[in-house]
Amino acid sequence: MSRLARPNLRAETTASRLAGLTLPQGGAWLRAARGGALARVEALGLPQRRDEYWRFTDPTTLTAPDPTPAAPMNDDEGPAFAEVGALRLVFVDGRFDPQASDADAVEGLEIERLSDAATRDLHWAQGLYGTLEAEGQKPVARPLAALNTAFAGDGVLIRVTGVVERPVHIVYRHDSTTSDAILHHVVKLEPGARLTLLESGPAAARFNKVTEVEVADGATFHHVRTQGRDRERRAATHIFARLGERSDFRSFTLTFNGVLTRNEVVLNLTGDDAIAHVAGAAVGDGDFHHDDTVFVTHGAESCESRQVFKKVLRNGATGVFQGKILVKPGAQKTDGYQLSQALLLDERSQFLAKPELEIYADDVKCSHGSTAGALDETAMFYLRSRGVPERDAKDLLTLAFLQEALQEIADERLAQDLSRRLEGWLSRRR
Amino acid sequence: MLEIRNLHVELEEGAKPILKGLDLSVGAGQVHAIMGPNGSGKSTLSYVLSGRDGYVVTEGSAHLGDIDLLALEPEERAAAGLFLAFQYPVEIPGVGNMTFLRTALNAQRKARGEAEVSSGDFLKLVRQKAASLKIDAEMLKRPVNVGFSGGEKKRNEILQMAVLEPRMCILDETDSGLDVDAMRLVADGVNALRDEGRAFLVITHYQRLLDHITPDVVHIMADGRIIKTGGPELALEVEHNGYADILAEAQ
Repeated sequence: MSRLARPNLRAETTASRLAGLTLPQGGAWLRAARGGALARVEALGLPQRRDEYWRFTDPTTLTAPDPTPAAPMNDDEGPAFAEVGALRLVFVDGRFDPQASDADAVEGLEIERLSDAATRDLHWAQGLYGTLEAEGQKPVARPLAALNTAFAGDGVLIRVTGVVERPVHIVYRHDSTTSDAILHHVVKLEPGARLTLLESGPAAARFNKVTEVEVADGATFHHVRTQGRDRERRAATHIFARLGERSDFRSFTLTFNGVLTRNEVVLNLTGDDAIAHVAGAAVGDGDFHHDDTVFVTHGAESCESRQVFKKVLRNGATGVFQGKILVKPGAQKTDGYQLSQALLLDERSQFLAKPELEIYADDVKCSHGSTAGALDETAMFYLRSRGVPERDAKDLLTLAFLQEALQEIADERLAQDLSRRLEGWLSRRR
Repeated sequence: MLEIRNLHVELEEGAKPILKGLDLSVGAGQVHAIMGPNGSGKSTLSYVLSGRDGYVVTEGSAHLGDIDLLALEPEERAAAGLFLAFQYPVEIPGVGNMTFLRTALNAQRKARGEAEVSSGDFLKLVRQKAASLKIDAEMLKRPVNVGFSGGEKKRNEILQMAVLEPRMCILDETDSGLDVDAMRLVADGVNALRDEGRAFLVITHYQRLLDHITPDVVHIMADGRIIKTGGPELALEVEHNGYADILAEAQ
């Protein structure tokens, strides 16, 4: 019976989720992309627990018709990245807040809301919106991303034509206990262009976000985000990026709290000599479940990719890492590196890791390492013997463990900002 | 200063007795050396005094002044003025040496109800102490003991001692792995700290270190007890004749 029932379950889940959604209005260019995405969702069906790609993370609450209520938490810390003078774009429960956002013109930067761009018949984002997501559906299906492309009513479209020093900061506030936000961003960096994109905040009770990034030849895209502190929030995010020749892509994510977070990063290195670094630090306790799923495809020569993920888990928290490096035939001189480590602060916490390398070229350098361990007792004693109290010693070693991931952030100011937030978080969570 | 009475200690695992009724009394301003064959319990003594896990005190007492050391957590013992220079200083990747030192100093001061040291004053203090130990700024910037040579690690221990200014310093085989020059630097560092209010317990295998740090009292330890106590000449006797005679005499 169960054998027959299972395909129905997927169809049922998909149908009941879709029943509660309506395709947003939009111009021709967007209508086509959304229609295509809807067809993908219907064909793929929404993820099920028994899917291999969701083995370690239960997607039920992400695919349910309604979000599980999540109380917004009073933010007892200052806003992230406050000191870098970024151009701020604020979304509250997935709705753009023009009053709270900056509207300054910045040279080399074109920013538009998706909902505004939607009314046009032609747009530069045509050919990108939903395209990178669609490409990213192979070899592994990502139906939540297709759902997003179909139903996202808003988001930002950013075109970068020059070297932009001022970072763009998308702030996601969470006010409503039952908000269900779907946002879709597209970033296009023209050849030689440069942008730092920051993101912060819990966003909504349930958040589905897709960011598609085209990094043209010689362009640089730096991305640093911190996912907010609300304990009960749930998030499924996807980044799809296509990297041209000599392009430089860096993405770092700091996550603390959130009952469920699944961050997927899908990178396609299509031009020679491209560099892609993806890193993350996550700290959580209790019912915290954090999943980093990364898929890097080397499709060109002499590219470098690097994944560094660190998680600190306590009081029964769960950390997941699924990381894959695929080296296509002909992608010679590939340099691929992957590291995933968990610090388990008690025996109830767990780390589930699935590192994968799939290599079809013969002149490549690829390595991966995955470890899970407890705090070093010798180091604890050493610190305490110098007068550092046990709790401080734990925090010090915890921060030290995460340092390797934080070091992946190229901008020192941003790294320090996140480092301070982590310190504050650790001291408050004792 | 340090009063140890009839101390009995077992390894937590397997209940193996290591210290079997150790008595030791170190007065303020004094330097005591403990020598003894491998496995006599010298390092265990240093760990038990500083509060490391894995040992069970079954009998006896250890006091620093009027403070019952054995009732305190390791950090409380440190704040009370106890310091152990490790035989194998621990590498801590990701924690900068300066952060470590400053955290330790301020934690101790806080525990004693003293004001924290400002970063400016701290920097000055460390630079001055580091210079006399020939520890360069580069070494201070690195993570604690990571990539340090054996000699650098031991000098770093003495630097910590100089900055934290404990009143009871235990040096556990601080001379092991040191060349002659490094040993002199370490000894000079220790000698600079000698004063009437501070005592040292120097655990060593060799007379060499005691040429540079002249002890007031030398103890020979075997099978978990002090079996002989004398002046500096006792160390020379061990150097020439080994432990065999002393062990035989004790039995």
